[in-house]
Amino acid sequence: MSSVLYDVPGPRAKARNTVLTIISLIGLAAGLWYVYDALDQKNEWAGEKWKPFTTSDVWENFLIPGIEAQLKAFAFSSVLAIAFGLVFGVLRMSTNRWVRTAAGAVIEFFRAVPLLILMFFVYFGAQPLLGTTFDPLVAVVVGLTLYNGSVLAEVVRAGVNALPKGQSEAGLSIGMRPQQVMNFILLPQGLRAMLPAVIAQLVVVMKDSSLGYIIGYTELVRQVSYLSQYLLQASIVVALIFLVINLSLSGLAVWVEKRLRTKGHTSAVVTVAPNIGEQGGGGA
Amino acid sequence: MRIKQTLAAIAGTALALSLAACGDDEPAGGGGGDSITIGIKFDQPGLGFKEADGTFSGFDVDMARYIAEGLGYAEDKIEFKETVSANREVFLEQGQVDIVLATYSITDERKAKVDFAGPYYIAGQDLLVRADEDSITGPESLNGKTLCSVTGSTSAQRVKDEHADEVQLLEQDSYSRCVDALRAGQVDALTTDDIILAGFAEQNPGEFKVVGAPFSEENYGVGLPLGDDELRTEINDLIEAAFEDGAWEAAFNDNLGNSGYTLPSPPAVDRY
Amino acid sequence: MDLLRDEFPSILEAFWVTLKLAVLGGFGALVLGTILAAFRVSPVPLLRVVGAVMVHGFRNIPLTLIMFFAFNGLSLRLGVDLAPDSINENIFRLAVLALVVYTASFVCEGMRAGINTVPSGQAEAARAIGLTFTQTLSQVIMPQALRASIAPIGSAMIAMTKNTTVAVSIGVFEASGRMRELVEINSDLVLEIFAIFAFGFMCLTIPMGLLTTWAANRWTVAR
Repeated sequence: MSSVLYDVPGPRAKARNTVLTIISLIGLAAGLWYVYDALDQKNEWAGEKWKPFTTSDVWENFLIPGIEAQLKAFAFSSVLAIAFGLVFGVLRMSTNRWVRTAAGAVIEFFRAVPLLILMFFVYFGAQPLLGTTFDPLVAVVVGLTLYNGSVLAEVVRAGVNALPKGQSEAGLSIGMRPQQVMNFILLPQGLRAMLPAVIAQLVVVMKDSSLGYIIGYTELVRQVSYLSQYLLQASIVVALIFLVINLSLSGLAVWVEKRLRTKGHTSAVVTVAPNIGEQGGGGA
Repeated sequence: MRIKQTLAAIAGTALALSLAACGDDEPAGGGGGDSITIGIKFDQPGLGFKEADGTFSGFDVDMARYIAEGLGYAEDKIEFKETVSANREVFLEQGQVDIVLATYSITDERKAKVDFAGPYYIAGQDLLVRADEDSITGPESLNGKTLCSVTGSTSAQRVKDEHADEVQLLEQDSYSRCVDALRAGQVDALTTDDIILAGFAEQNPGEFKVVGAPFSEENYGVGLPLGDDELRTEINDLIEAAFEDGAWEAAFNDNLGNSGYTLPSPPAVDRY
Repeated sequence: MDLLRDEFPSILEAFWVTLKLAVLGGFGALVLGTILAAFRVSPVPLLRVVGAVMVHGFRNIPLTLIMFFAFNGLSLRLGVDLAPDSINENIFRLAVLALVVYTASFVCEGMRAGINTVPSGQAEAARAIGLTFTQTLSQVIMPQALRASIAPIGSAMIAMTKNTTVAVSIGVFEASGRMRELVEINSDLVLEIFAIFAFGFMCLTIPMGLLTTWAANRWTVAR
């Protein structure tokens, strides 16, 4: 669509574009050179600071455990968040007004409170309130589940509401009870449509799990602190790792969306990753 | 119905799995008699540090090995686990570690939850500054300067309250970040126990120095579960032996010998 | 609620920092986000690439790392000091910078989503009557696109308000840092403390949410 904004460039436009390109290139190169040079003065490009990352020791002892911890938090939180989202999403659409409002309040609460605050509460509150201490992993998983589960609940609701009304009307008219309509007709179709949005939210889960570092969970960002001799290098390597993991996840979401679009044999409209802003929700 | 059941089943399994796995995260402490799990720090060079190749080094670590061997454990039966400051008591109470040597100060408050053998070192709160810094000679000279410390430690606040109320405080979540800031000139000093500072001075030769005017006293002890008097006596004996046969001195010199920090005389063990 | 009474000033102070982070971050993100969106739809291929790289880069790196780069990279290594007199002010500004850069990528995507809702017929008609790229963008597309972007941009702003808590990782004394401090001192009151801070954040995010929904509905383009 954006290509409709401008015609195929004529000679004057081409000239102007070239000028703009050259200016931008110079600006970019200058910026990059400045960064490179400043870091060079502090010896950050020195081979010995980067070499550890080519050895398997650093990977085995720091980076891979960090990635594993990240994936562990991600796996638990994803499953639980999806479960939470399904349960509360359905509750939110209940025909019973009290159930609806209560579920709505829970969902709005967890969406309004920052993820870090939730994690602090679970982690520091465990001792005084429950008399036991939790591994930071538990606090991270609980926090992520509650927050992302609430967002997913809204996704479920949006997905089901996007279905043509005819579906539920037909179900009701053949004598099904509302709960059966939900379970047999609406949810199956809605879930397929919501899949891209769900996967997009899982990317958020992955990113947010790095907040656990603030409560001492030894995930990937915390491992950077351990490599105190090569802080900057470690952080660059870790940033690259995150890029790879998250871009793959997002790519998966896009691929799923494409496949559903072409293959769809439900009447559900496939939701584009909705609420683009939501993807940053609640945490890193 | 089928969907609900399947969903419930999935949710239930996930819950069960996660709880079970959570349980596995905390393996039963020392595993009985044949191996010993020792809680140490992983991020304090010269004291308790996990090297890039996965081995552990430091004064606490060497003392820990000495004690473990003295208790009869072979080198390969010693397992090190990270105990950050906040969970030292908890790990001992839960049995996740058998003993703790992690710059663990003996306080009466803590004695209510755990027992201590030692002290095996007396440290004091001090300041780390850049090697060429001459204007900082003690906590009083920090007025108008910036002081870094780690979240959760009371050191910096104590300096501000008791010594220099115009100091600017910065909190970071790890010592290495404070050291980074000190090196770059963004902060003027870092405060915590002097032996920890010595470790950082050693790790970065020539860049930093410990001011050398400690303004508090911290007795480092070996943390043990409450009530194990027999173990406590054994460890106290081993600590005194280390003082005498040079192992304590060697542990210090091996790890902190180049820090510019002088070895004090060994403390008196407190057998309460 | 003795705790509330005693600590109220310090809690307010912490939330004030949160508010400052959010407002400054919000303005910055809107500005940078618009620029990035312009890059991504511009006819200059290099700008499109730069825009795409920046957006994908910042969206996929956790905010904790971006804050780390801001302090340890920009400030400690590249010598960028935004407030030579006060280190806490320097950190605050760096945190704002990190928030801006991170949220701008979401704002950009929100705007692009808005641009995509405008039927291509609009742009075609604009081209047909001879408007240039900048004219098409500013007079025909953006007014409609902005109205459709209100919802996603609003969401991004709310998310950013909550993300201000991450600033605690480089030492900014905002609300979550204060909460942790209070909990460590009064651990038996953790439930009350949590309630206070949760309430504080709800006072920020819920009105923003309502405002966003109202604005989106009020200005939605009827088609």
